[in-house]
Amino acid sequence: MALLSVRPLLGAASDVVLAVDEAPNPWFDPSYVSDNWDTILGHLREHVWLTVAAVALGALIALPSALLARRSRWLAGPVLGLSTVVYTIPSLAMFAFILPVTGLSATTVLVGLTAYSLVILVRNFLAGLRGVPDDVREAARGMGLGSLQLFLKVDLPLALPAFMAGLRVATVSTVALVTVGVLVGHGGLGQLITGGFAANEYRAEIVTGALGCVLLALVADLLLAGLERVLTPWARAGRS
Amino acid sequence: MGAGGPVVNDLQRAFQYLNDPFNWTRRGGILDLLHDHLVVSAVAVLAAMVVALPLGVVLGRARRGSGAVVVLSNVSRAIPTLALLTVFAVTPVGFGDRATMIALAVFAIPPILTNTFVGFRGVDADVREAARAMGMSGGQLLRRVEAPLAAPLVLTGIRTAAVQVVATATLAALVGGSGLGRLINLGFGQRDYGVMYAGAFLVAALALLTELLLVVASWAVTPGQRRLPFRPVTRASVERGQPEPTASGVPL
Repeated sequence: MALLSVRPLLGAASDVVLAVDEAPNPWFDPSYVSDNWDTILGHLREHVWLTVAAVALGALIALPSALLARRSRWLAGPVLGLSTVVYTIPSLAMFAFILPVTGLSATTVLVGLTAYSLVILVRNFLAGLRGVPDDVREAARGMGLGSLQLFLKVDLPLALPAFMAGLRVATVSTVALVTVGVLVGHGGLGQLITGGFAANEYRAEIVTGALGCVLLALVADLLLAGLERVLTPWARAGRS
Repeated sequence: MGAGGPVVNDLQRAFQYLNDPFNWTRRGGILDLLHDHLVVSAVAVLAAMVVALPLGVVLGRARRGSGAVVVLSNVSRAIPTLALLTVFAVTPVGFGDRATMIALAVFAIPPILTNTFVGFRGVDADVREAARAMGMSGGQLLRRVEAPLAAPLVLTGIRTAAVQVVATATLAALVGGSGLGRLINLGFGQRDYGVMYAGAFLVAALALLTELLLVVASWAVTPGQRRLPFRPVTRASVERGQPEPTASGVPL
């Protein structure tokens, strides 16, 4: 992690002209991308893997939590309060808290990211579940639906738009947050950003990493939007 | 990993580190870092307010540009802060506090803009018409009707932005900036997890404190009927199954 101590001591002395500044340093270089395609692909794979795992784990924990929080009012307060607190903790500090426990591994990043996605998801899940009208649930129960059926046939379809909104926000934020994992060397495409910074501020590498993150986030968002369309055919039918 | 040893030891070392006054008062100590952190954050938030508030008010009153605001707030969430911090650091701006301030200000604009926009757009047309009929001028309408009605949302936007900036200023340490994040970075670099824990505690506490202070402050300056701060969201506001406001402001 030489990059961490490269030159923090220069501080704001930005008027110092270094020899490297004179050399050509393009913002984007296709040859960089093609020459380092395997490296980029490896980081991209890690980025995708971390994002998917974090959002999936977050959703797995968030759904039961939201269901519990809806059941009792006195549980909802602590759940929402705790989620605000967790969300406020800066990502670097979060990773620093986890690091001594899980070491310099992708697990550290995964645990931190799961905490953040969990927090976003639990709020959106709870909002979605609360949006299901009580009349509808009562009618369903009157028709003899058990709690599992009630959830699958009534709550889930009605709350799906809010669920999907939560998943989209969580996914896009997680894609952006993975980059902070560079602290432990598992930042996905973020490795390119800090790697380029450490390599005499090699702009092509930095921009490739940054653009990759943004593109990945947009693609993920589009995929989830498409999934929402597929899952809620009735919404389309109603609109047209 | 490394010479870290058990977590309990690290926590003890963090406590010792924080308990030593010299670590706070020496040059480049905690107080200096805190000062840098706060100055950078404050400048960034103020700069963002100067840009976003007027723009949000104008767009919101005209009820125009909602598409652009939505796109801006969504795209901004997809851009990693680390990327923007690094990109500004390698422009002629150079790395250091100036680059950090610009990057943080850019990130503070969407929440403020979105909330201001939605706040002013949401003012009831009937209320505006009534105020007009009472003979209010455009300026009076803005100051005495629209601004108070939009205030809660605008303040939420500023709070969201400020907390986000204070939290994100930590990342500046990864690209050679100052601020409390440097303790985390330093502790990590030296495999001194005690110092790293101390930095993480300070940063987390600062972010939580900012949130707390701003919630109370916005509660105090919000005109009209007051809800106690920290009360859980009422049923009415989530009745329609709307997702709650997120880091980028209101759900859109």
